[in-house]
Amino acid sequence: MDYLLTEEQIMIRDLARQIATEKIKPVAAKYDIEGIFPWDIVKVMGDSDLFGIYIEEKYGGTGGGVMELVLATEELSKACGGISLSLAATALGTFPIILFGTEEQKHKYLPDLARGKKLAAFALTEAGAGSDAAAVATTAEKKGDYYLLNGTKQWITNGGEAEVYTVVASVDRSKGARGAATFIVEKGTEGFEFGKKEDKMGIRASATSELIFSDCKIPKKNLLGREGMGFIVAMKTFDQSRPGVAAQALGIAQGALDLTVQYVKERKQFGKSISSFQGVQFMLADMATEIEAARALIYATARMTDSGAKKISKESAMAKLFASDMAMKVTTDCVQLFGGYGYMRDYPIEKFMRDAKITQIYEGTNQIQRGVIASSLIKEKAA
Amino acid sequence: MNIIVCIKQVPDTTEVRIDPETNTLIRSGVRCIINPFDMYAIEEGLRLKDKFEARVTVITMGPPQAEEALREAISLGADEAILVSDRLFAGSDTWATSYTLSKAIQKIKDYSLVICGKQAIDGDTAQVGPGISAHLDIPQITYVKKIEEMCFNSTENGERSESRATHSRDSYIKAERMTEEGYEIIESPLPCLITVVKEINEPRLPSLKGKMKAKSAGIKKWEAKDLDVDPDLIGLNGSPTKVVKIFTPPPRKGGQILQGDPEEVSEKLVDLLKGEIP
Repeated sequence: MDYLLTEEQIMIRDLARQIATEKIKPVAAKYDIEGIFPWDIVKVMGDSDLFGIYIEEKYGGTGGGVMELVLATEELSKACGGISLSLAATALGTFPIILFGTEEQKHKYLPDLARGKKLAAFALTEAGAGSDAAAVATTAEKKGDYYLLNGTKQWITNGGEAEVYTVVASVDRSKGARGAATFIVEKGTEGFEFGKKEDKMGIRASATSELIFSDCKIPKKNLLGREGMGFIVAMKTFDQSRPGVAAQALGIAQGALDLTVQYVKERKQFGKSISSFQGVQFMLADMATEIEAARALIYATARMTDSGAKKISKESAMAKLFASDMAMKVTTDCVQLFGGYGYMRDYPIEKFMRDAKITQIYEGTNQIQRGVIASSLIKEKAA
Repeated sequence: MNIIVCIKQVPDTTEVRIDPETNTLIRSGVRCIINPFDMYAIEEGLRLKDKFEARVTVITMGPPQAEEALREAISLGADEAILVSDRLFAGSDTWATSYTLSKAIQKIKDYSLVICGKQAIDGDTAQVGPGISAHLDIPQITYVKKIEEMCFNSTENGERSESRATHSRDSYIKAERMTEEGYEIIESPLPCLITVVKEINEPRLPSLKGKMKAKSAGIKKWEAKDLDVDPDLIGLNGSPTKVVKIFTPPPRKGGQILQGDPEEVSEKLVDLLKGEIP
């Protein structure tokens, strides 16, 4: 399908594809086994300007938006859904600054993030605050010109590796969701430590860890937006970032299908290549169609977001929901077509299935996405 | 300091097939790429640029579409690109090509180092680099796998006639040159020409900003009339190489494996070597 990309978008796609094929594909299995952070690849991505594709030129980026981020994430995820996350999760941690940062905050943080010199992370989830994001128990106590941060964030992507963290904490627990605020916290700040690094089922090249704040002093100038806006910052950030998760799922599915088409042509049973069997052909056709449908939805959502549309929650949730459910189904079927080989770790296909699963869970489970979509529908009807 | 990198656009030989009827390359539909060895030459030039704040100029001689290869070099970080292209250059062999390129380099005048890939993957001659240095009458170090030291003194730039014999170590390059048995360390005054092997570095990927710059970058185009060339020494007429016949070598026949106890086998082997077929 021709999506009528601009010349610059084609450059971004081709560059990301080149990095994926030449640099990521040869090491994807190694990083999956070792579960270490792919700094060498991150450096290549940074030197190639990929970290700046959604950041304005005046802050050191190349001036694109969500569409550009989606194109790069898709291509990188075809080779490894874990390594691509270093970019997508940095975008997630950076969107609060882009959306709610002051000029001073933007000039201070965005240039290094745009060059990939520093990575970012977004910290909302806690042990007791997952889907119920309003239940955040980390507190930020105001003390004159600074805040004291206390609490533990859990499962933070890029945790430990990133330098810049956007952290949601409660300034007034009695107000619930309306009592939250978002802060920029730099790695190395006193009272900010990293806890356990998680051992995950998939996306193992991505770092996931705990952030522990104990009387961590955050200057007032690091508050993003205003007190009480924490939950809004989180929701607006997710509206921007969900197409990115969707693109990650899309890339994982496409990468798996590409390998599978190649495999079924080579694999011979009953004296012929299994690609000649209609049962196999129908599976391939269904997978390719579902992937293309997801791509069309994601690109449309990304373009709508970049157009400056105000209400994008529903579309953004739909893209994430559809693409991640599709990726889980497609990768499962790809393993099926690889048969016994597909279940073996010597073959690259099972990794895609493990990597796909997280896209149904993080940045809002798909059940939460359905909730977002349904509440938008009901609101629209009432209006 | 100015560094000149000579590159060639070649068909991607991993995709090229040979027409069994005519024994010639089937070039249609084959992607053109920068000669892979030249990618190492560009990378080395760019590393020296970062180190010495040098300026990197990339030159290629070829048909108009070779401009693509130059734009790619700019996307990687080269500062300037020159396309040496003219119908009169068509049919050049390695002698005429290196002569023409040396004239283009002379036109640039101010340079300290010329870098070439060790050879092109289409012709595999490895003659153009050394040929350029001969035509320019500057020293050459071929098959360089590492630049050990390089020192550059701007006042000597371009001076090479007398300074060569008595050069103070003001402007010089010291490089490891790969040989079949190991390596040699060679020191040479500048300006000098080196050809590089793949062991020298790992070429970078382009950057997005580089690609955007390359899209609109101006590429200088030099024709025969722009260069101080002798018309008898360029193109097909200026090429001493005559292609008499092109053929695909016959596939190598399988070897013979001798079996048996050592004495028996060694006897058989001696007979075979003597040409006495048992």
